[in-house]
Amino acid sequence: MELTTVWFSLIAVLWIGYFVLEGFDFGVGMLLPLIGRTEDERRVLINTIGPVWDGNEVWLLVAGGATFAAFPEWYATLFSGFYLPLLLILVALIVRGLAFEYRHKRDDATWRARWDLAIIVGSAVPAVLWGVAFGNILRGVPIDSDLEYAGGFFNLLNPYALLGGATTLMLFLTHGAVFISLKTSGRVREHARDLATKLGVGAALVTVVFLGWTQLDTGTVPSALAFAAAAVALVLGLLAVLAGRDGWSFVGTFLAIGLGVAGLFLALFPDVMPTSLAGGTGLTTTNAAATAYTLKIMTVVAVLFTPLVLAYQAWTYWVFRRRISVDHIPAPLPTPFAP
Amino acid sequence: MDLDTLDIARWQFAITTVYHFMFVPITIGLSALVAGYETAWVRTRNRQWLRLTRFFGKLFLINFAIGVVTGIVQEFQFGMNWSDYSRFVGDVFGAPLAIEGLLAFFLESTFLGLWIFGWDRLPARLHAACMWLVHLGTLFSAYFILAANSFMQNPVGYRYDPESGRAEMTDFAAVMFNKVQLVTFPHTVLAAYMTGAAFVVGVAFWQLVRKARDEEDRSMYRSAVRSAAMVVLVAGIGVTVSGDFQGKVMTEVQPMKMAAAEALYETEQPADFSVFTVGSLDGSEERFAIKVPRLLSFLATGDAGGEVVGIDDLREQYAEEYGSDPGAAYYSPGDYTPVIPLTYWTFRLMMGLGMAAAAVAVWVLWATRRGRTPRGRWLLASVLALPFLPLFANSFGWIFTEMGRQPWAVFGLMTTQNAVSPSVSPTEALISLVVLTLLYGVLAVVEVKLLLGYARHGADKVDDDDLPPERPDHDPDRPLAFAY
Repeated sequence: MELTTVWFSLIAVLWIGYFVLEGFDFGVGMLLPLIGRTEDERRVLINTIGPVWDGNEVWLLVAGGATFAAFPEWYATLFSGFYLPLLLILVALIVRGLAFEYRHKRDDATWRARWDLAIIVGSAVPAVLWGVAFGNILRGVPIDSDLEYAGGFFNLLNPYALLGGATTLMLFLTHGAVFISLKTSGRVREHARDLATKLGVGAALVTVVFLGWTQLDTGTVPSALAFAAAAVALVLGLLAVLAGRDGWSFVGTFLAIGLGVAGLFLALFPDVMPTSLAGGTGLTTTNAAATAYTLKIMTVVAVLFTPLVLAYQAWTYWVFRRRISVDHIPAPLPTPFAP
Repeated sequence: MDLDTLDIARWQFAITTVYHFMFVPITIGLSALVAGYETAWVRTRNRQWLRLTRFFGKLFLINFAIGVVTGIVQEFQFGMNWSDYSRFVGDVFGAPLAIEGLLAFFLESTFLGLWIFGWDRLPARLHAACMWLVHLGTLFSAYFILAANSFMQNPVGYRYDPESGRAEMTDFAAVMFNKVQLVTFPHTVLAAYMTGAAFVVGVAFWQLVRKARDEEDRSMYRSAVRSAAMVVLVAGIGVTVSGDFQGKVMTEVQPMKMAAAEALYETEQPADFSVFTVGSLDGSEERFAIKVPRLLSFLATGDAGGEVVGIDDLREQYAEEYGSDPGAAYYSPGDYTPVIPLTYWTFRLMMGLGMAAAAVAVWVLWATRRGRTPRGRWLLASVLALPFLPLFANSFGWIFTEMGRQPWAVFGLMTTQNAVSPSVSPTEALISLVVLTLLYGVLAVVEVKLLLGYARHGADKVDDDDLPPERPDHDPDRPLAFAY
């Protein structure tokens, strides 16, 4: 296999890792007001992702860095092109990340309510916008012959891309609800399971429409197989929810998101950012790539260190495997100073 | 004045980077100290170390959170505002950034999660090891990002491909072990140790003289003050030595930056170092100055009689080497020359503040010798200023090294003017600048308030039932040892 294809696949893997992991912590964040009726319940929710959300987010940073290194033109065109949506995502990730760390630092209802809002909005905005961004990448955006984006902001808000946003939103909500039912016990768990079924039906509907549309537009045989597998995984996952099998339902939504994203990349290949302009030049794995030398160095580094990262990240999930309920939540830290 | 995308993008880079780098050095330095205190606790079982671990651990987390989230902007900003730069150097510059993510960010975030929530889930030694791994992650991070920056100062290990019109990597090891990198990394990391330790001295000393209620508190804070003040001093000596090496390398690879640091227009042999100068506004004419004879020669060349080439000669030399200056239209005061008053003063402020920090550390060590608790007002005022000295020295150092490289983004290869994103409109860039600046401003207020509140409160006492278990506790009903 050519090195450019290897790196296209590795970047796909990084995005898959990002969406299957941060997908559920976005979901948990968005479900905060729905499932967390009391302060203790909200703390249960936040603490299911407390030890892991930051590690999940690093998948995004590495995906960004790897794109910079392996496909500099892709990185440059994408990030300067999708400028304002990316800015929104950045702002969302900033306030959300701080909220987890600062929310409990003062025992004060107003303070907490503000950070709760930061968690909810900070989770919802990227959950939608990543879907919109990927929809636009697949559909093709105006890129001129200098490989520069020439589309402006409103070009990004088309029905297909917005449907992509709805799809990631619904999938992450479902994934989050399933994760909560896996990680908690008591009323929170019951509530999450109940929501997972309802959200799951909605997610299945938009997902099928979005993936079907993608398949008709740009699909290939491999992408069709991946999409079909994603749909099956999602349905099986939802059946597992009904059967009360938390572990299997999480495997189901995990695979559904992973396979769905894999299918999107298969539908995209060998393009990385097709152009919608008649005289424009689209970006492909060839014309956007770094040199073979750089790709070789990066391959060695990735082969050496990725297994290590996967091992210790998996170990973290093992260390914090215990289910939590409101009974496990300690009293809030006393505020050591006058607000 | 007409703002274009270039101006706005430069302001955004300056604001977001200087801001981000307020939190980073504290993270690097403080993670080492907290890990050290926890190791002392595990080894001695003396509770004062546990109290210090928890106290400074809490302050560390308040600081770390904001460092992390503002770091995301840094990773994306190159593509957003500097897309032509990204296209031009991505083949070289992208690799260290990607490796930084893979090696450093995963390590920091994962093991910090384990450290925060793992007090009762991990054996005591392993728990302490988690903080050491976080610290290792910060060092990896510093190494790779500084290697990337060093390429901008002194491009090596690449060839220019006229066909693709970009710089392409030919020797990864040369990029990683760039001679600028080899002096910049120790300089920056030692300065970070100074910064983290100065923070600890400031907080612990205030607690010692103002709040400590009993002998247990006093002895604990004295341990913190003295251990951290030693770090400030030793790291300070290291910063000076590495900075000296850096000066020689800079003279070799970026002589214009050295000349700009001294505002040396005419070549001199030997060259004096001015501590303070009043000059004309553009810095080209000197009205009054305090000078140390031959010091600049020594700093730049290692020989008190060495020749230091001045700005005017370098300008001619560069004009010949690179043709007419592509950045001349944009950058004053002249061809190939950075803004001299800025480089001149940031260079001095960096050194001055750093030396002042080391001096305060010596004073503190002397005043607290053999169990003394000094109560002098001047000492207290100086120690309260101490955390800010290395903090601002870092900022000035970075402003100096980045502004001293101008008009180049990559020295000799690409000017800043040609690095900016052509497809980003001034309106978009302005929205981004305003949004990020306002957000960062608000967050700074929130962060400082929290930090001061917890710092003033001091280290909580530890009762017997507060001690973390020595072995992991698997009782499924036990409440979480720590919860958000």
